[in-house]
Amino acid sequence: MADPMKIRANVVGDSTEVKVLMNHEMETGQRKDAQGKTIPAWFIQTVTATYDGKTVLAAQWGPAVAKNPFLAFKFKGGAKGDKVQITWTDNRGDRRTDEATIA
Amino acid sequence: MNQIRWRLAAGVAGVALAAFAAHAPGQGSTVDEIAKYRAALQDGNPAELWEARGEELWKRPRGPKNVSLERCDLGLGPGVVKGAYAQLPRFFADANRVMDLETRLLYCMTTEQGMADADARKQLFGNGNDRKSDMEAIVAYVTSESKGVKMNVALDDPHVREMYALGERMFYFRGGPHDFACATCHGEDGKRIRLQDLPNLTTKEGAQKAYTTWPAYRVSQGEVRTFQWRLYDCFRQQRFPELVYGSDASIALTTFLARNANGAAFDAPAIKR
Amino acid sequence: MRMSTCMTWVAVAAAAVGCATTPSDSEVNAKAAQMLKASFKEAGQAKLDRLDQDDTQRTCSLYAGKALPKDVAARIEAANLATIQYPADGKLVGDWKNGEKIAQEGRGKQFSDDPQGAVGANCYACHQLAPQELSFGTIGPSLYRFGRTRGFTDETRKYAYGKVYNADAFAACSNMPRFGHSGILTDAQIRDVVALLVDPDSPVNK
Repeated sequence: MADPMKIRANVVGDSTEVKVLMNHEMETGQRKDAQGKTIPAWFIQTVTATYDGKTVLAAQWGPAVAKNPFLAFKFKGGAKGDKVQITWTDNRGDRRTDEATIA
Repeated sequence: MNQIRWRLAAGVAGVALAAFAAHAPGQGSTVDEIAKYRAALQDGNPAELWEARGEELWKRPRGPKNVSLERCDLGLGPGVVKGAYAQLPRFFADANRVMDLETRLLYCMTTEQGMADADARKQLFGNGNDRKSDMEAIVAYVTSESKGVKMNVALDDPHVREMYALGERMFYFRGGPHDFACATCHGEDGKRIRLQDLPNLTTKEGAQKAYTTWPAYRVSQGEVRTFQWRLYDCFRQQRFPELVYGSDASIALTTFLARNANGAAFDAPAIKR
Repeated sequence: MRMSTCMTWVAVAAAAVGCATTPSDSEVNAKAAQMLKASFKEAGQAKLDRLDQDDTQRTCSLYAGKALPKDVAARIEAANLATIQYPADGKLVGDWKNGEKIAQEGRGKQFSDDPQGAVGANCYACHQLAPQELSFGTIGPSLYRFGRTRGFTDETRKYAYGKVYNADAFAACSNMPRFGHSGILTDAQIRDVVALLVDPDSPVNK
């Protein structure tokens, strides 16, 4: 399983601001190694954020996203002490879920 | 891979470049736009992922003796990490040697944790998610605990004084087929290689700016790189043979530069191109 | 360099110790040489003999960070001037298009480089040349309009060739590598770089 994400969530006005750092190689599948062989594609395909049982962000990613991606987003609502979950799945079938408490 | 970040930068820089392409000196804008790109990268520094992994590695019992690095003395007492990096390198009587952080960690891994030297040195530089470097993660954690602390390398010990003098000599040593020394690139104000600004390491300000921002997440490498790596890679580009990790020359140079940075607040792990 | 080291120790010892207890210069030099040999290992094409300094390197290291005495500078320039070998056929100017490629090429001689691979001069690391290239360094002066400002003469061509071959012949302890003398570039490559600098059709002169 991949390394944990680093998630920070803060209440800002009537919204919650979430910042996520994900640990992922995000290999495009276009690069070749020193021997000329193509390095296989390995990248996050979906990202979902949930709060209070509801999906607040759903994203479909591809090889254009940087290695060790940083995602920042806001959603309406959210209260201090509540939890936000982030889940990603990648093209190898790996998945990772982490959660953070809103500050 | 880093395309989103580069697309952002290209979008910003592309306009500037298009407007100034006709004029030979359009350098101010190009360099400024890159500075803006770098500032935008500060939020969400992937180095934090290394710091988290490093903290876990520091605290977990490992090696044949199955003990944690919390018994490692970095100069402020066993297990004391806060502020430790800002006072390194220093002389360690138990090892009878002046050591920087990386050498001290190798020492603790082999003596306290019982690892074979070859095992402790197995993956000093990370190379992708399936070849992670424990050393780089632990260094990221330990250095993060010196953030905000003023550099305070002491010269009261004669061994450290000697390393400082040797480091200074090393800095000016011209060698290899290109006649390069550290001073060739880092000996004057306001110089750059291509578009990469070069700190003048012979001045206090230059040394402070440079030394307090390593280790750093190098976007182009996709890895956190430490000061031992920085020296290794400089010598590679100087056309020298390979610098041995934790060698006396590397510690001498680190002592010279760290001491010259005294007084500045440590600000790493940072993020660089 | 000697002064600053001594002064640092004095400052730290609160003037109580003074310079009397500092190791002699020759002691530090001996220790430095020992340390160097033990701190590097050979890798790829970079063998340990690369740490052996020639007279120019040794002298320039000694005076680094300090003013170079006129007589020492003259001696270094003369010694390096004597090493310059101009092509036997007298043809000093090659193809500027190839010269531009050599100026852009940053690889060559590193232990990470393929010994059979491309070797360039990496001119743009330190110099401005063709105005279209915005990504240039400033360790060396701008070479834009090199030929146009000096004149398209035999004298300019000979100077350009000599300078690329051995920069220390004209500026003792120059930061610039001695591309010909140190065997970094071939004669043909030097001719192409010269063309980039002196050919009226080169973008450098437009």
